[in-house]
Amino acid sequence: MSIQPKTFRTTPFSIAAWIWAASLVVAPLLYIVSISFLSRGPYGGVQSPLTLTNYTRMTDGSMALTLLLSLGRSVALAGFSTVLCIFVGFPLALFLVFRAGRWRNALFFLLIIPFWTNFLIRTYAWMVILSDNGWLNHVLEILGLGPQYLHWLFTPQAVLLGMFYNYLPYMAMSLYVSVEKLDTKLLEAAADLGAGPVRRFFQVTLPLSVPGLVAGSIMVFIPSLGEFVIPDILGGGTNLFVGNLLAQQFLTVRHWPFGSALSVILIILIGACLVALEKVTKGHSEDLIA
Amino acid sequence: MPNSAKKAAVLEVIGVTKQFRGKIAVDCVDLQVANGEFLSILGPSGCGKTTLLRLIGGLEKPDRGRLVLNGQDITNLSAHKRNVHTVFQRYALFPHMNVFDNVAFGLRCKKIHENETRSRVEEMLELANLKGQGHRAIHTLSGGEQQRIALVRALVNLPKLLLLDEPLGALDLKLRLQLQQELVAIQKRVKTTFVFVTHDQQEALNMSDRVAVMNQAKVEQIGTPNEIYEFPKTLFAASFVGGINRLDGVLRIDEGGRCICEVEGLGGFFVEPPTEYRQAGVKGLICLRPEKVTLFSRRPSTIENVVEGTIRSQSYLGTHTQFEVLIKNGGVISVFQQNTQKLAKKVFQVNDKVFMGWQASLSHFFSYQALK
Repeated sequence: MSIQPKTFRTTPFSIAAWIWAASLVVAPLLYIVSISFLSRGPYGGVQSPLTLTNYTRMTDGSMALTLLLSLGRSVALAGFSTVLCIFVGFPLALFLVFRAGRWRNALFFLLIIPFWTNFLIRTYAWMVILSDNGWLNHVLEILGLGPQYLHWLFTPQAVLLGMFYNYLPYMAMSLYVSVEKLDTKLLEAAADLGAGPVRRFFQVTLPLSVPGLVAGSIMVFIPSLGEFVIPDILGGGTNLFVGNLLAQQFLTVRHWPFGSALSVILIILIGACLVALEKVTKGHSEDLIA
Repeated sequence: MPNSAKKAAVLEVIGVTKQFRGKIAVDCVDLQVANGEFLSILGPSGCGKTTLLRLIGGLEKPDRGRLVLNGQDITNLSAHKRNVHTVFQRYALFPHMNVFDNVAFGLRCKKIHENETRSRVEEMLELANLKGQGHRAIHTLSGGEQQRIALVRALVNLPKLLLLDEPLGALDLKLRLQLQQELVAIQKRVKTTFVFVTHDQQEALNMSDRVAVMNQAKVEQIGTPNEIYEFPKTLFAASFVGGINRLDGVLRIDEGGRCICEVEGLGGFFVEPPTEYRQAGVKGLICLRPEKVTLFSRRPSTIENVVEGTIRSQSYLGTHTQFEVLIKNGGVISVFQQNTQKLAKKVFQVNDKVFMGWQASLSHFFSYQALK
C-alpha cells in the first residue's frame, strides 16, 4: 500500500476538521481569554487598556469568598447529581439490557422523549409539580399526609431533583451502550465458577462498564458544573452557584471582562478534572492491556 | 447399563426435557455419567447438545425431569452453587483480569485462603504449560493458551464434573489434534469426569470412553466409540458417525431361515437385521461402510453378497484409495481400499467393470418402521 491515496483521502477531511475546530472551539476560547484581560467600558462593552485586575479581583476577600462558596456549591451539586444519576442510571441500563426483552426499544424511546420538549419548559413543569399547591403535594394529601406536606420548591433538594431529571438520560444512555456490549457468556462463566449475583455485578459487570460510567459522568458532571438555569428556576436563586455568578456578570452586571476571567478559571478547573479522569481511566485500561 | 456403572454414576440425567418457545430442545433425555469417564455428546448443530450441557451446568432450568449429582438432587440448585464447572465454547475468559486472577476466580468465590489459592493456581498454570505467566493479560494469549487457561480455570475448583462445550471448535485443525491429545492426557491425570460436547465425530471417537449420539433433541445411542461405529443402533447414528452406503429393499426369509433383502434391480443380499424385524415384508435399508467392501475384478465365489458395477472415479489418498462405483440401479457405492501392496500403477481404471463383495455380518439393516 502506498501512502499517497491515504493522504489524498484524509487531507480534505482533516482540513474541514481543522477549520471546524479553529472557528468553533479555538477562536471563541481565545476571544474569551483576550476579553478577560481587557477593562469594562462605561456602558458594559469592553475597552483597552490591558489589565490583570479581573484576575486579581478574584483574590479580594469578599469576592474570593463568594467565588469559593459558589464554586463549592457547584462542585457539590454536580457531584451529587452525577452520583444520583449513576445510582439510578445503572439499574435502569441493566434493566433495559437484560430484563426489558421486547419492551427494550419502547422503553429506550421513552427515555429520549423528554428531549422533544424544550429544556426550559421541562424545568418549569417541575415548578408546577413541586410548588406548595402543586401536584406532588396534592398526591401526598390524597395519601393522607396532610395539606402542603412538602415545601420543596426553591430548596437545594428541588435543584438537585431538577439536575438529576435533566441529566439522567445522558448517564443512562452511556451506561446502556456499555452494558449492551457486555458479553453475557462472561456472566454465565462467573456464575458457573461459583459467583453469586452480587459478586457477578462487582467483579464482572461493573469493571467492564467503566468506559460507560466515565463517559456518562463526564456528560453529567461538566454541564452540571456550569448549570445556572435550573438553580435559578427551581432554587429561586437563593443559593449562588458558579454558573449564576457567571451569568450575572454577563447579563446583569454587564462586566464581560470579569465574567470572562471567571470563565477562564472554570475552564481550567474543568480541564484539570478531565485530565485527572483521563489519567485514572487510562490506568484502568492499561490494566486491561498490561 | 451394567449395575456397576450405575453405582459409580457421578451424574444421572433422568427424563430431562427443555423447550424454548414451544420448540423442544432436549426431549426426555436419560443419561448416566460414570465417575472418571470421558463422555462425549455428539450431534449436529441444533440437536440440543449444548442445551443439555447448559441444563447440567445450571445455566438453564429443565421443564421436566431431574438431575442427580453424586446422589444429591441438583435440579433446582442455581449454577453458582453446583460443583460442576464449564469450559465455554469461546472460553469466556474475563478480559479485565490477568491469567492468574482468571484462574483464581472460582477459589476466591469460595473464599479459599489466599495462600492456598496462590499455590493451587500456580499448580494449574503448570498443568496448562503457562508456569509463571500469571501476570499476562488475556488478549496476549494465543488461541491454544486461552483454551488451556479456560480448562484450568474450571479444573482448579476440583469439580465433580467438568463440562466442555466444543472447546476446540475455534482452533485450526493442527492445534486441535494436538489439544485433543493434551486434553485426554490431562483428564487421565486429574481423573475428573469430563462431559464433552462436539459435532466432530473424529474428535468424539478419538477422545472418549463413551459417546452419546444426539439427534433432534434425543439421545439415540450411548456406547464406546467402537460400539457406536461398528454397531450403530439407528440409521442416524450409522450415518452421522462415518460414511455409509445405502441400499433400499424388502426382506424375505429363505429356506435356511436367513434374511435376504431384495433390492430392486440388483437382486437379493443377505442381511442380519435385529430380531424384531426378522420377518418377510419388512421394508428397510442395507447400510454398508465403505471400508467394509472389497473390490474384485472377477466375481468372487466365496463371498455371500456381491454387486456388480463400473468405476466412475477413483482418488488415490496414500493410505487408501477411494472409489465411486456406479451400480445397475443407478446408485453409487463408495469403497475404500487399503493400499497394502507397494504398487507402481493403479489396479483398477475408471470405467473398469468391478465386483464389490461383503459379508452379511459387516453390513447393517435398519427397517423403515424403526425410523418412524
